[in-house]
Amino acid sequence: MDNLLSIITFIPAVAAAILALFLRGDDPAAQHNAKWLALMATSATFLISLFVLAGFDSANTGFQFVEEYAWILGLKYKMGVDGISVLFVMLTTFLMPLTIAACWSVEVRVKEYMIAFLVLETLMLGVFCALDMVLCYLCFEAGVIPMFLIIGIWGGKERSYAAFKFFLYTFLGSVLMLVAMIVMYLDAGTTDIPSLLTHNFAFDDIVILGFHIVGGLQTLLFFAFFASFAVKMPMWPVHTWLPDAHVQAPTAGSVVLAAILLKMGGYGFLRFSLPMFPVASDLLAPLVLWMSAIAIVYTSLVALAQTDMKKLIAYSSVAHMGYVTMGIFAANQQGIDGAIFQMLSHGFISGALFLCVGVIYDRMHTREIDAYGGLVNRMPAYALVFMFFTMANVGLPGTSGFIGEFLTLMGIFQVNTWVAAVATTGVILSAAYALWLYRRVVMGELLKDGLRLITDMTRRERAIFAPLIVMTLLLGVYPSLVTDIIAPSVSALVSDHQAALSPVGDTQFVQN
Amino acid sequence: MTFADISTVLPELVLALFAMGALMFGVYIGKDKVASLIAWATAGLFLALALWIGLGGEGERAAFGGLFVDDPFARFSKVTILSSASAVLIIGQDYMVRRDLLRFEYPVLMVLSVIGMMVMVSASDLMSLYMALELQSLALYVLASVQRDSVKSTEAGLKYFVLGALSSGLLLYGASLVYGFAGTTQFEGILLTLGNGAPLGLLFGLVFMLAGLAFKVSAAPFHMWTPDVYEGSPTPVTAFFATAPKVAAICLLARLVHDAFGGIPEDWSQVLAALSILSMFLGAVAAIGQRDIKRMMAYSSIAHMGFALMGLASGTAEGVTAMLVYMVIYVTMNIGAFAFILSMGRDGRPVTDIASLNMLSKAEPLKSLAVLVLMFSLAGVPPMVGFFGKFYVLKAAVDAGMTWLALAGAVASVIGAFYYLRIVFFMYFGKESEGLESRMAPAQWMIMVAVCVIMVSGIVNLFGIPSMASIVAEALVR
Repeated sequence: MDNLLSIITFIPAVAAAILALFLRGDDPAAQHNAKWLALMATSATFLISLFVLAGFDSANTGFQFVEEYAWILGLKYKMGVDGISVLFVMLTTFLMPLTIAACWSVEVRVKEYMIAFLVLETLMLGVFCALDMVLCYLCFEAGVIPMFLIIGIWGGKERSYAAFKFFLYTFLGSVLMLVAMIVMYLDAGTTDIPSLLTHNFAFDDIVILGFHIVGGLQTLLFFAFFASFAVKMPMWPVHTWLPDAHVQAPTAGSVVLAAILLKMGGYGFLRFSLPMFPVASDLLAPLVLWMSAIAIVYTSLVALAQTDMKKLIAYSSVAHMGYVTMGIFAANQQGIDGAIFQMLSHGFISGALFLCVGVIYDRMHTREIDAYGGLVNRMPAYALVFMFFTMANVGLPGTSGFIGEFLTLMGIFQVNTWVAAVATTGVILSAAYALWLYRRVVMGELLKDGLRLITDMTRRERAIFAPLIVMTLLLGVYPSLVTDIIAPSVSALVSDHQAALSPVGDTQFVQN
Repeated sequence: MTFADISTVLPELVLALFAMGALMFGVYIGKDKVASLIAWATAGLFLALALWIGLGGEGERAAFGGLFVDDPFARFSKVTILSSASAVLIIGQDYMVRRDLLRFEYPVLMVLSVIGMMVMVSASDLMSLYMALELQSLALYVLASVQRDSVKSTEAGLKYFVLGALSSGLLLYGASLVYGFAGTTQFEGILLTLGNGAPLGLLFGLVFMLAGLAFKVSAAPFHMWTPDVYEGSPTPVTAFFATAPKVAAICLLARLVHDAFGGIPEDWSQVLAALSILSMFLGAVAAIGQRDIKRMMAYSSIAHMGFALMGLASGTAEGVTAMLVYMVIYVTMNIGAFAFILSMGRDGRPVTDIASLNMLSKAEPLKSLAVLVLMFSLAGVPPMVGFFGKFYVLKAAVDAGMTWLALAGAVASVIGAFYYLRIVFFMYFGKESEGLESRMAPAQWMIMVAVCVIMVSGIVNLFGIPSMASIVAEALVR
């Protein structure tokens, strides 16, 4: 099975092509077929991806399952995974069947909806598997198209504003990255990611238009990549597209956006920024760290003021992504371990929270917090599930949320105590907004007339949440499951990073 | 004039004879009754010639004492011109017949302008350059006003003529300056005299010539005629304007700057870079406000020309390769887009209002999917082929040390993405309104679908066009 990665990447695309070409009509039978085909394709992808996980040798820090073919312009079609990317592949394949199952109640243009998600899965897997810079860019950028359509066609009232904002924001970031990639290509003579990882980009200071640029080429490249990943992540202050996109996107779209698409930003930092531009990363780490700290506190405060459930969770996502960037740029073992862990755990938790909102939205067609209250009286199972994920979001020990926050905070504490101190207050704030949300929606007396007949979760909905609960608990009590796989690659990344900095540290950047 | 000369210009000669024959045939046999026959025959002949030139010819041959040259670059351009002209004739046929516009002069004029274009890309002398350009332009002026009973079409023709004459004047003035200072009209001779640096007068001439040609490729700030002419002309003619003449003009520009002024790249490359940056931004920004899809396509083509000029501005063989790849992709996309625009109609009348696309995806899911692919490709979003065109020119610019130009291009492409997305917006997210006719001629439908398939499947290897273009460009830039 040499082509395992290509197989899992392209199964969804093939299913999408079959849907597009052979499924006719929009009657209930056709819709039913479209949903089942999409579910089967994504499930098959997940099952086959288990072989990748099983065959993955975590002691090996290099790339595995590598496949390589020539492509145009000296570019290559090259796929492979290492300890950093393999779990993102798994996260994607694991969540997609659940996402598809979560949009079972969609009735408008079902076929197109399924096609969009299937294509999106192919592109997301492409980003995590690609070992050619331009191939990676291609998937990264192309993923915006299906998401644009998902928000724009199946979204809420202000959907076109949100869709355009989403598209243009991410497009601007990524074209800057494209120019940077071309510069790297010409500098290194290759777009092969493993070779680029060992290439040393110049960091001698340069002067452009009278501006003295410390860190030279690396700094410029870093900023170009930063423009793309910071928007994708999203980091404060370029996060404003996310709440709009989340609020307007349909439930399944929100789930994919929060659980997988945002992780591309973090993955990009780990794959490109940190290892390829070590000097610039080191120089600019304080900036990123403080931006993250501000993000954590500021967006948590903003979350407190929200009246829309999805918006609240969206801001909480931005805050949690703040821990990720903080962990990554702490650039030590705990920090990066924690960042990857936090991304995976946030994938399960935020996905689940958006699904929770989706459950009551499907019934009441509103996301206003004030429209609810006392749901526990009619929906005990729902109250339990929502409670669980609220706690996980807060970072209760025993859930995966705790491990991620704890590791990143531990990593950052060794680097910058002040940032760590500020970020820790975010933990308290997150408890405040999450619990307050829960209190307002679920607890208390059932006073609203409209809610008197609301029904508890159906069997399908319970089936969707079950695997998410299992994963959140499992990673919470047994984090080695993840850290064992990522640790060797992360420690190689950290030691390479230190090695790249050590000659510099001696000459130019003497620690004061 | 020897036999060798004749055999070098044989394709052009065949076309010219065909044009005259068709004219006679049309006049004596039955006027507009045979128009359709002539149009189809012309499309077929274009294709046959494209095949002949593409598969035949090799090496480099000069004819008529160096006025005309047949080299790989010329052949590549000619194949592009001929096949796009043929495709435009085919997609426009149904429109012309239904609107009762099909005069037999229409294909004949097209043939004449194509002859002009073919000579343009083969010109290696200021004289043949000017002659070919005028032949092409005169035919196009008439084509623009082919819809005689429409004020807008007549206005378009007149406007095009007046501004075109102005640009020809500039070009001619520049050419005379170049001749005065170089002492020769032959490109080779000009290149030789540049050996010891360019005199100021010659640089003046160069700038005038560039300005004149910038009119023809509709690069900002010489673009003013484009939107009005695009809007006023009958749509098939607009489709023609957007494709073959653009290729011919920019290939001519490439040949001029490399064959005649190859010794002083630093002097013209900054001019081209300025044209490029202006066109990209003007095209991107001005298109946002447009409500008419033909005007929008006009600004879109200005922006696209900006990108193609970015390739030329880098002044290297990679730059020319990138420009050629970009032009081939651009022409293909535009043919697809115009196949759709030609089919837009309501109650038998053509509609060009963008808002009329509202919720087209409900009524015509496949058609709107095709337009979606085209629009994303025009915007240069991967994985569509349009992205690779941008990638090539950006790479060429960075390679030539013009990273600032590449950055500007990248930003302009984001601004430009907005108005392509707006079409998607109307088709998919808009409000329900009075729909469009679903009628689309089989030929239009086939060509549009073929273009879409190319846009998506081209990701595999771009059909080998970059490698061909790079061979061709190496031959041009020595």
